[in-house]
Amino acid sequence: MSSHAHTGGSTVHAPIAEPSGFIRKYIFSVDHKVIGIQYFLLALTAVVIGIVLSLLMRFHLVWPNATLPFVSGGQMSQEQYLALVTMHGTIMVFFVLTTAPQGGFGNYFLPIQIGAPDMAFPRLNMLSFWVTFLAFVCIIAAFVVPGGAPISGWTGYTPLSGLGEITGPGEGWGQTLWILSISLFCLASLLGALNFIATTIDLRAPGMSLMRLPLTVWGWFVTAILGLLAFGVLLAGGILLLLDRSAGTSFFIPAGLVVNDQLQAHSGGSPLLWQHLFWFFGHPEVYIAILPGMGVASHVLSTFARKPVYGYRAMAYAICAIGFLGFMVWGHHMFVSGMSPYSGFAFSVLTMSIGVPSAIKTFNWLGTLWGGKIQFKTPMLFALGFVSLFVSGGLSGLFLAQPAVDNMLHATYYVVAHFHLVMGVAAIFGIFAATYFWFPKMFGRMMNEPLGKIHFWFTFVGAYCIFMPMHFIGIAGGIRRYADASAVGFLAHLQPVHEFMTIAAFITGAAQLFFLCNFFYSLKFGPKASKNPWNATTLEWDTDSPPPIDNFGGHYPSVYRGPYEFSVPGAVDDFIPQWQEPAQVARVK
Amino acid sequence: MPSTIVTEEIELIHSGKGPGGGDSSGDGGNGGDGDGGRGDSSGATRVPQRAYVTGMFIALAGILMFFMAFVSAYIVRKDMPNSAWIPLQGPRILWLNTLVLIASSLTLGRAHNRFKAQDEEGFRHWWATTTFLGILFVAGQIIAWRQLAAQGIFLASNPSSSFFYVFTGAHGLHLLGGILALLYVQFRATRKVARGTAIEVVSMYWHFMDGLWVFLFLLLYLGR
Repeated sequence: MSSHAHTGGSTVHAPIAEPSGFIRKYIFSVDHKVIGIQYFLLALTAVVIGIVLSLLMRFHLVWPNATLPFVSGGQMSQEQYLALVTMHGTIMVFFVLTTAPQGGFGNYFLPIQIGAPDMAFPRLNMLSFWVTFLAFVCIIAAFVVPGGAPISGWTGYTPLSGLGEITGPGEGWGQTLWILSISLFCLASLLGALNFIATTIDLRAPGMSLMRLPLTVWGWFVTAILGLLAFGVLLAGGILLLLDRSAGTSFFIPAGLVVNDQLQAHSGGSPLLWQHLFWFFGHPEVYIAILPGMGVASHVLSTFARKPVYGYRAMAYAICAIGFLGFMVWGHHMFVSGMSPYSGFAFSVLTMSIGVPSAIKTFNWLGTLWGGKIQFKTPMLFALGFVSLFVSGGLSGLFLAQPAVDNMLHATYYVVAHFHLVMGVAAIFGIFAATYFWFPKMFGRMMNEPLGKIHFWFTFVGAYCIFMPMHFIGIAGGIRRYADASAVGFLAHLQPVHEFMTIAAFITGAAQLFFLCNFFYSLKFGPKASKNPWNATTLEWDTDSPPPIDNFGGHYPSVYRGPYEFSVPGAVDDFIPQWQEPAQVARVK
Repeated sequence: MPSTIVTEEIELIHSGKGPGGGDSSGDGGNGGDGDGGRGDSSGATRVPQRAYVTGMFIALAGILMFFMAFVSAYIVRKDMPNSAWIPLQGPRILWLNTLVLIASSLTLGRAHNRFKAQDEEGFRHWWATTTFLGILFVAGQIIAWRQLAAQGIFLASNPSSSFFYVFTGAHGLHLLGGILALLYVQFRATRKVARGTAIEVVSMYWHFMDGLWVFLFLLLYLGR
C-alpha cells in the first residue's frame, strides 16, 4: 500500500495502463465503458431490425395481397407473418429492451455512479457481452436456415415449439436456433447479473451508502437481482424443451397428440409446464425491461426540474417492491389456461397490488415536477414521455389483471396495445432519455437539441397513434397474430383503423432517422461537452467527458450526501454534487 | 496495512450527512488478508477480496434457481394425469457415490482448517484427497448411467428416467467445474484472487454442490 495517499477526501491511485492495440481496446475489451457501448450498439442494430420487422407486419395487415420483392412467391404467407411476429418479439424483448438499458447504460454508468474504477469482474463482463453477441448471431441465423425463422411466438409455447418441422416451416432449424439463442442469452444475462450485484454491494465509494445511491443504480441493482433469479429458470426450461425436440423426451408434449395426421410418439407431458417455466421468467422480464427506465426517469426528472426526487426512500423501496411482487404474478399470463379459479384469484389480487408501488412511483414523479424550475431539454421530454406512456399502458393492466375481463381480452390486440405501451414504448423512451442525457458523457459531445425535440414529438404522438386505436380493435374482438384480419367477417370493418395505425407506424418509424442522424452526426461534429453540462449531481459528472480508462483519472471520489441535492436553501448554486465536501459548498452569506 | 484505509473510510462515512451511512461501514472491515486492491502499485488489482465471496453467494443463488426449476418441473410432471410415470429404481451405487461426496466435503473442511493453521503440507494433502473423492464421485455417476443403460433405460425411456439423467447430468457438469477449480487452486497460483479467498470461494461452491446432490438424491429416492 505504498503508493496510497490521501488528499482532500479522495484517494489517489496509480493509473491503469490503457491497453494498446485495436482488438484489446475496442473488441475484446474488459473496460466496462467499452462493453457498455458494445451492448448499446448491439441493441441499436437489433432495434433497427425489430422495427423493420414490425413495419412489414403492419404492411401485411393492411395490404395482405401486395406483392413484395424479397418474398419468395411474391406474396407473404401466413407462416411468414408468424415468423415476423416471433422474430420481432424475440429481438425486441431480449436484444433491445433487456440489452440496452441494463447491458448498455447499466454497464457504462453503474460503476461510475458508485465511484468504482470498473465492474467487480471485468473479464466476466466481457464474456457476458460476447455470449450475448453469439446469442444474437444465433437468432439472426434463424432467418437464413432451411425453413426460415420460427413461428411459435416469442413465448415459444409447446407443443408447437416442441415437435420440429412437422408443425410448420421454421419449426425445424429455426426453432432450434431460437432455443439455443435464448439459452445463450440466459447464460450471458446470469453472468451480467452476478457482476452488477457484486459491484453494487462491494465496490461503492466511501460514503456511498445504499440510501445515497442514485435511483438509476437502484433500478439496475434490482433488475440484476430479478435477472439472477429468473434467467436460470428459463435456461432450465430451454434445456428441457431442447431435449423434447431432439432427444425424444416428453416433458412438455402430451400423449396422443396428432399433428398433420401423424400420431406423435410422446407420452404424458404438460404443455402448461412450459408456460409456467416461461412466465416465471417472463413476468420478471417485463420488470427487467422497465425498472432501469424508471430509474432513468427519476434521475432525469429531478435533474431538469432542479428539485430533489420527491420521496427518495419511497422510490427506492417501490423499486424493490415491484421487483419482489414481479415474481408472484406470472399466473396472470395464464388465466385462460384452465387454471383453478382460486389460483386465478390469488394471481389477480397480487397483480393488482403492483399498482400500489407503481402509483407511488408515478405520484412521486409528479411530486418531483411540482413547483420545479423545469428545463425542457430533450432528455427531460423523453422522461416526461416515459411517465405518460407508463401511466397509459399501466392502467389497462388493471383491466387485464382480472380473470373475468381477461377471458374476453386475452390474445386480442388489447393485450398487444397494453404491453407495447407499458413495456415496449415506455422502456424505449427510457432508453432515449438515457441516450440524450448521457451522450455528452459517453462521447464527449452534445447532441443537437432541435433535432432531438422533433424526434421526441414525432415519436411521442406517433406511439399514441399506433397503440391507442389498438385497444379498440382488441375490445372489438380483434385476435392478435392473425395474419389477415380482413378475411374475418366481424373484423373487416376495422380495417380502416388498421390502416391508420400502419400509416402512423411508418411515419414514426421514419422519424427515427432524426435520431440516427442526430446520433451519428453529433458523434463527430457535435459541440464539445464540458464535464457537467446539465449541472447534475451524481458522480459520473465529476469526471471528464468521456471518462478516462479508470473512470476518475487516478483519484477516487468520496460521497458526502444524497444524489439529488438540487435547489438546496442557502446554497449559492442550485445543485450540490455528491462529491463536494461540505466545507466547500458555497453558501449565501 | 489496510487498517489505515478502514479508519479513513469510516471517518468519511460519518462526516457525510444524511441517513444510512452505516450500510457501508463494513467496507474494508473483512478485507484484512491480502486486500491489495486499492492503491496497489501495479494498478491491475483493485477489487476487494470480499467481492469474490459475494460473487460466489450470488452465483449459488442463480444456480439454485436453475435447479429448482428442474425440481418443480419434476414435481409437476410426476403428478400429471396420464403421466405414464414408471418409478425409477436407481442403481445402488448411488448410495456409495453419495457417501463419497459427503466425505469429500469433510476432507475439504479439513483442508480449509489446515490452510488456516498455515499447515501447507496438510492443506495440500486434504485438498488433493477432496479432488480425488470428487473424481471418484463423477466416475461413480457414470457407472450408474452405464448400469441403467445396460438395463435398457435411456434418457427418453420414461419421464422418470429423463429427469434422472437431467438431474445427474446437470449436477455432474457443475461438479466437474468444481473439480477444475480444485485442481486450479492446487497447481496454479491465482493472480487477482488471494489464495485464502480462492480456497474459501471454491469451498463454498463444493459444499453447495454436495448439499444439492444430497437433496436431489433424496428427491429421486423418496419422491419417485
